[in-house]
Amino acid sequence: MSGVATQGLILKEKLIFEHSEPGRKGYSLPALDVPPEALPEELTRDDLGGFPEVSEVDVVRHFTRLSTWNYGVDSGFYPLGSCTMKYNPKINETVARLPGLTGCHPHTPERLSQGSLKLMYDLQGALAEVSGFDHVTLQPAAGAHGELAGLLMIRAWHEAQGNSRKKVLIPDTAHGTNPATAALCGYQVVPIASGGSGVLTAETVAEYMDKDVAALMVTNPNTLGLFESDIREICDIVHAGGGMVYCDGANLNALMGIARPGDMGIDVMHFNLHKTFSTPHGGGGPGAGPVGITRKLEPFLPKPVVVKDGESYRLDSDRPLTIGRMRSFHGNFGVLVRAWAYILTMGSGGLKRVSQMAVLNANYIRARLEGSYHLPQPHRSLHEVVFSDKNLGGDCHTIDVAKRLLDYGYHPPTIYFPLVVQGAIMIEPTETESREILDEFCDAMISIAREAKEQPELLHDAPVTTVLGRLDETAAARQPCLCFIPEQGNK
Amino acid sequence: MRYLPHTDEDVRQMLETIGVASLDDLFTEVPKDVQLDRPLDLPEALSETEVLRELRKLAAANATDDTHLSFLGGGAYNHFIPAVVDQLISRSEFYTAYTPYQPEISQGTLQAIFEYQTLITRLTGMEVSNASMYDGASACAEAVLMSVRATRRNKVLVASSLHPEYRETITTYCRYLDVELVEIPFTDDGRLDQTALGSLLDQGTAALVVGYPNFFGVIEELGALVEAAHQVGALLVSAVAEPVALGLLKSPGEYGADIVVGEGQSFGMPVSFGGPGVGFFAARQKIVRSMPGRLIGATKDSRGETGYVLTLATREQHIRREKATSNICSNQGLCALMATVYLCLIGKKGLRELAEHNLAKSEYAKQAIAALPGFEIPFSAPTFNEFVVEFEGDADALLEGLEQQNILAGIGLKKYYSEMTQRFLVCVTEQSTREQIDTLVAALKGAQR
Repeated sequence: MSGVATQGLILKEKLIFEHSEPGRKGYSLPALDVPPEALPEELTRDDLGGFPEVSEVDVVRHFTRLSTWNYGVDSGFYPLGSCTMKYNPKINETVARLPGLTGCHPHTPERLSQGSLKLMYDLQGALAEVSGFDHVTLQPAAGAHGELAGLLMIRAWHEAQGNSRKKVLIPDTAHGTNPATAALCGYQVVPIASGGSGVLTAETVAEYMDKDVAALMVTNPNTLGLFESDIREICDIVHAGGGMVYCDGANLNALMGIARPGDMGIDVMHFNLHKTFSTPHGGGGPGAGPVGITRKLEPFLPKPVVVKDGESYRLDSDRPLTIGRMRSFHGNFGVLVRAWAYILTMGSGGLKRVSQMAVLNANYIRARLEGSYHLPQPHRSLHEVVFSDKNLGGDCHTIDVAKRLLDYGYHPPTIYFPLVVQGAIMIEPTETESREILDEFCDAMISIAREAKEQPELLHDAPVTTVLGRLDETAAARQPCLCFIPEQGNK
Repeated sequence: MRYLPHTDEDVRQMLETIGVASLDDLFTEVPKDVQLDRPLDLPEALSETEVLRELRKLAAANATDDTHLSFLGGGAYNHFIPAVVDQLISRSEFYTAYTPYQPEISQGTLQAIFEYQTLITRLTGMEVSNASMYDGASACAEAVLMSVRATRRNKVLVASSLHPEYRETITTYCRYLDVELVEIPFTDDGRLDQTALGSLLDQGTAALVVGYPNFFGVIEELGALVEAAHQVGALLVSAVAEPVALGLLKSPGEYGADIVVGEGQSFGMPVSFGGPGVGFFAARQKIVRSMPGRLIGATKDSRGETGYVLTLATREQHIRREKATSNICSNQGLCALMATVYLCLIGKKGLRELAEHNLAKSEYAKQAIAALPGFEIPFSAPTFNEFVVEFEGDADALLEGLEQQNILAGIGLKKYYSEMTQRFLVCVTEQSTREQIDTLVAALKGAQR
């Protein structure tokens, strides 16, 4: 068996609550230098029942052990499609922890927070240049949050024209956040079947376009890793019909320095700084989801907007047409710092090279695996490639391939998405992986395809090398146990 | 480029395997007329040392509590962060992982979030907590939407003493939905006006949303508010911008609240110009299926061992698409981990002690300022670690004057409440020493009216 996985010492670890002993403590406070005070008794609680009492050592060892049960980009190859799991540069972590950046309070007067404001202003400008938009807001906290800001701006624009259009067109290859966001903006979702080629055609969009369509939401490259080559014509059709085009920017990593969504006629796009701009995913956040827009949507930007007056920067809140505020304060600033450090590190030429190498890597994997896995789409891939589980053999399915990959030491690709591909296996290698890593991974995939035919039980029983075996997700949902209750003894 | 491993020879061999002649040929599906025909207009690459220098320069242009004496709160709080927190979240197995979709290699994240959910339920006195939201304000907006779903009613009463940015976020989220938002005023003591509330609560009310403590640092009479809301079948949503208060205050759950949301930044995260923090979100078990966001649950593996997985996903966008309970995808995983590590360290006794320090320091400052000529404390209700001060003159001018002495004395309230030109909000946490509070008081005393 090929692959990089091997045996290692894995330590058991209980829940932190099970380490608790009355009298242990893991903190220190200075002696109180003012007179003690108390609130009226009826306002105060008895105690924090169920909170642990543990020492600092207990805490450090507990979470260190838990960390060893995780797999991160620093552990190995993480080809999770649509998630752009590239290397997270360490200098970004260092600069994001500079006390002058972490210690600046969001209510600090503008004249005393010029460093933070300048960083935000310059980042807005750089993102606008990469994407071809006129303005960028940094406020949204994640991609889906950016989608909401973007679609709210589109709706506000329509309402300002006196249009109350009701529908949003969304291809069936879209991320689930697209329809969920449209619903949150009070829109009715009209799904568009993407058809056999996997690419949206201008004719299809023209068929669906009518006076009640507020917007079309696309992803480009789409979730099959294909470039929507009719995009300019599609935008023209939607615009001619009085609608706007929203682009999910999850896959921008394919296009930096190659082509710009703003130049294609797209009106609004969110960025995922935790994908394209290298900020860590953190086990599910924090991310950041800035939004780029064309000039005519500018009055509707979420407030406040960072602006430059002469040599100084300020937050403009006097914006009568704004959609309002998406959250408190100014966005996930700590994430913005990392993205800015990345842009400075890569520079203009570096960002283009990133997209070239990301696309090169995806196509290399495609070329190496085409003979072993069914490829449903004939078009040239960009940054990711989607296979299906058709013809696997041995009654093996995508889930079995994914779990078997764990035994070989890899994080599996995104599975069962997009929904239009049967048993989708969506592989996005990113640009930070070397040819050797890709070869090792492809060897593992080819070996698994062979195992599926010859020894399918290896797939069905996988994983065997992980700290736990395959987990019963059905049981978890049937009888939800969402927190530790001592009597039941969760562990 | 140090993040890109490809040598020229690698590129050549890979292109050959793919069967194309050049890198440009990989992009043939991108029509020529949408390709960019010039380099991006961005600076050229900087070395690591130059990047560090650039960012240090920006950092030096900011005021922090190292350069200024700060009494700023208002939704972001300066608390001590034990060294352990950053050391542990810097384990790259945690911070370079994705959302735990593959539970067999994500048990570290999953168990930690299960512990986080447990801690939040205990802190808030609720039965279930999700795996976290973006921040307190967006969690509060999601709670409003959840209350509308759970009750099938569409009127939501929002305290005007709720953090103004939370209110603005609620308004944004409800902008194009069939939700009627009505503001409830506060009385002279700084608490919610229960007479006004009585006249607005009716059978069409989905929820009452109230800060606890509210934006003025005032502790609301949650018990009475819960009772009033429940009488008409409405839910009580309690929003906690400063959760250290819950070390001391009776939990919203104990009073009978239905949904408790808040901002967890106080638990081990720096103020960081307002983000990232973490929105916490807890509720009653009976409405769990209306909840937004990720949930982690316990289960068994194929060998009979206990493990943890993402669960109840049928509420979520990737399954339910336009019928999902929310469009949220990620949580604030690493920040939730920070809160978990922090709460484990501070523990049962420590959070109480920390809250008592905050109360004592804040009361010390409040009494000293109240004794100054030209200053008074307009709201008489009990407060936790922040309080409103009224000055004889213009508050913003006073605060700007104190800046010259490197003191950030508080937040002028005019920008949120136009009539409050003479009022500002002062926050005193355990981080302020008696000497520093005395310096503030002396500076206020010396200020020009």
